[in-house]
Amino acid sequence: MNSKALAGVHVVGFELAQAGPMTTSFLAAYGAEVIRIESQKHLDWHRQIGPFLGDVNNPDRSCCFLHANPGKMSMTLNLKHEHAMKVIRRIISWADVVVDTFAGGVMERLGLGYNDMVKIKPAIIMLSSDTYGHSGPFAGTPSYGVPLTALSGLPHITGAPDQMPQFPGFAITDFIIPRTNVLAIVSALDYRRKTGKGQYIDASQFECTIPLLTPVILELEANGVDAGRIGNHSRYGAPHNVYRCRGEDRWCAISVFTDQEWWSLCEVMSNPALASEPRFATLSHRLENQDELDRIVEAWTMTHPAEEVMETLQNAGIACGVLQTGRDLAGDPQLKYDNFYREIDHPGAGVFSYSGMAANLSRTPYEITRAPNLGEHNEFVCRNVVGLSDEEFVELLGQEAFE
Amino acid sequence: MVWERGGAMLGSYRVLDLTDDQGLYCGQLLGYLGADVIKVEHPGGDKSRLIPPFLHGVLGVDNSLYWRSFNTNKRGITLNLDTAQGRNIFRELVRKADIVVESFPPGYMAQLGLDYNALNEVNGKVILTSISPFGQTGPHSKWKGSDLVCWAMGGLLAQTGDPDRPPVRISHINFAYQMAGADAAWGTAVALYWRGISGRGQHVTVSIQQSIAKTNFMAHEVFETTGKEQKRASSFYRVERSEVMLRSVWEAKDGYVAFLIFGGQWGATHDNPRLVEWINEEGMADDYLRGIDWAKLSWRRTPLDEVAKIHGYVERFFKSKTKAELLEGAIKRRIAIQPVNTPSDILEHPQLQARDYWQEMALADAMLVKFPSRFCLPSYSLCRQWMPAPRVGEHNAEVYEELLGISPEKLNRLKEASII
Repeated sequence: MNSKALAGVHVVGFELAQAGPMTTSFLAAYGAEVIRIESQKHLDWHRQIGPFLGDVNNPDRSCCFLHANPGKMSMTLNLKHEHAMKVIRRIISWADVVVDTFAGGVMERLGLGYNDMVKIKPAIIMLSSDTYGHSGPFAGTPSYGVPLTALSGLPHITGAPDQMPQFPGFAITDFIIPRTNVLAIVSALDYRRKTGKGQYIDASQFECTIPLLTPVILELEANGVDAGRIGNHSRYGAPHNVYRCRGEDRWCAISVFTDQEWWSLCEVMSNPALASEPRFATLSHRLENQDELDRIVEAWTMTHPAEEVMETLQNAGIACGVLQTGRDLAGDPQLKYDNFYREIDHPGAGVFSYSGMAANLSRTPYEITRAPNLGEHNEFVCRNVVGLSDEEFVELLGQEAFE
Repeated sequence: MVWERGGAMLGSYRVLDLTDDQGLYCGQLLGYLGADVIKVEHPGGDKSRLIPPFLHGVLGVDNSLYWRSFNTNKRGITLNLDTAQGRNIFRELVRKADIVVESFPPGYMAQLGLDYNALNEVNGKVILTSISPFGQTGPHSKWKGSDLVCWAMGGLLAQTGDPDRPPVRISHINFAYQMAGADAAWGTAVALYWRGISGRGQHVTVSIQQSIAKTNFMAHEVFETTGKEQKRASSFYRVERSEVMLRSVWEAKDGYVAFLIFGGQWGATHDNPRLVEWINEEGMADDYLRGIDWAKLSWRRTPLDEVAKIHGYVERFFKSKTKAELLEGAIKRRIAIQPVNTPSDILEHPQLQARDYWQEMALADAMLVKFPSRFCLPSYSLCRQWMPAPRVGEHNAEVYEELLGISPEKLNRLKEASII
């Protein structure tokens, strides 16, 4: 039995930047063959922005691109070239899944809408993932991760009460969307396996993030309350915050929920008397006096390195963690144990450290292989997927069809 | 009850959901696609039923709006796994299930005699999906992780917030847990697909730390490549290899909007000329702004005072307009300005209304609310809310009768013995 869960699944990606590429990279890690269609003339934004391996500005060395595209084949094709459609039709008839992340209407104008696809491959599964979805008054409005993150409502609940909305992880929605996209695609594959039926999935990026916001939506509807921003505090635990530790910009996150955890914390801070103080005796008291509590805890953490605070509190049964930086992640013993980051050599360009998959399957583990150079697989795809003869390939090459 | 979800992608599968707040979203997502998800709770109810906010602010196991947000699409039963008889009943349920999802501390399922190997003996096709803060094995696997701690350890907390203030976590509604739940859901779907081909189940594991590390915009990768650490500046976009920071969140008259002023060819061919034209029409531009050659503008090489000057025009313009006015103009002129939506903006969003996104659901007697109906819109199958979150033990009689043929009398005896 093949140990790649998605072995034999063929995917074509018409995708840009982060959300789409990350979607198909998950499929590739679990064994799907993914051909990403790119353009030489209109380079993917992520191939341009770096940082670059060896600090050499080159589309094959941009970390943004490498990060989001492991395990795929890259085929460059000028979709407006007169013979491009012939090539594309053959690739579509090879494919089980097509992923597109262009704004609504773009694929249709190229003659590559779902209705065109089913004529080539009736059981195709096509997932279109743009900001607003492919119907409604906003359909087709161009957008990208930053506006989409604002649209999702997440910044509204990120930050301290007296702070402007904070932008979460730059454009966090780009990293949320791939998860539900992959769920929908693989579920559709399973359904097709049983019924023979493909389908079109209109995966609006706006709509797929809203379910995550449901608690604040219900709170407004039911209680008339807008939850707004509460910083790092919790509504059911205190102390619950990030605390400055010894050193330059070093921090620890601490979450105390139960009385037992609170008593343990007081003991660790060598301040057992604190545990019996009435103003902190119960959760509701601690919540009421949490700013004062934060000052007391921070006075203690500031005298210790963050790693020491973490180890000590975890050993005492309290949830605590260093606010890890890129350097910390590289040295994290658990992530090392999990083999989460994997260094892969790019011939002639250097080593890139790829992150793994957050979902691990025991019998069919994922594999990470390097991201492709621009157009690296043009010839391979033309010969093996499209079935062009050498002459036909060279002729198209001469006509600049692969630009 | 006959399960009428044949047309849904996962309509033929049954899930036993043992999770607490760290894994609730997984079962819900599978349920959106039609899986028969049975939430198995300890008698008295799952502890995450006590997470605020509460309906009308009243504490109660059926009142948590948080719990009710992430448990729709599930039937609810109670079962005491701390008793031998309870565990036997659970094994019987596993025979009738395709998937078990759990988020207990690692090792707890083994203590119960219900780890993957044990479940595999009962049902070789079953998929066990386990969610925990730091994985199932390894040096930190026994550590406790809250949502806040998982953000920290995954590297995203250090990246979010103003440089001169403490870092801030992304939302306060356990978003890290939901990210892990989504990872667990797609991982489970991949395992299901392979099971369809191989006939074998397997163990799917998700570490919440890894879910966040995977959400991180390359803190690790940038460090490994450049030897430099990214510092938090989350309302700004840092221009590489320079001191220039481009604002991403701006004040409008009645709230905030997001917008980036791109330089170079991108800015010249997209937003910038359209925005300048709009500012000009409102009489807020001058020769300097009108004269900028965006294609030639490289932020990296622009002096900081000039960066501030250019930002100033946009800042004054945005402050003079409401979010709604800015959005209307942005759509009309095809400029990527986007209001930072509040929950009420989302509820009233015309696009969602036009796409019939909201599904009515009863939260209490005579209280209908709008609930998100889907995470995607398949043309053929359905992705929807099939049922509201269950009350404690709401489907005991129905599920135990249907799956195990337990009669009402026997059910009563089990209840009296505190097993159900």
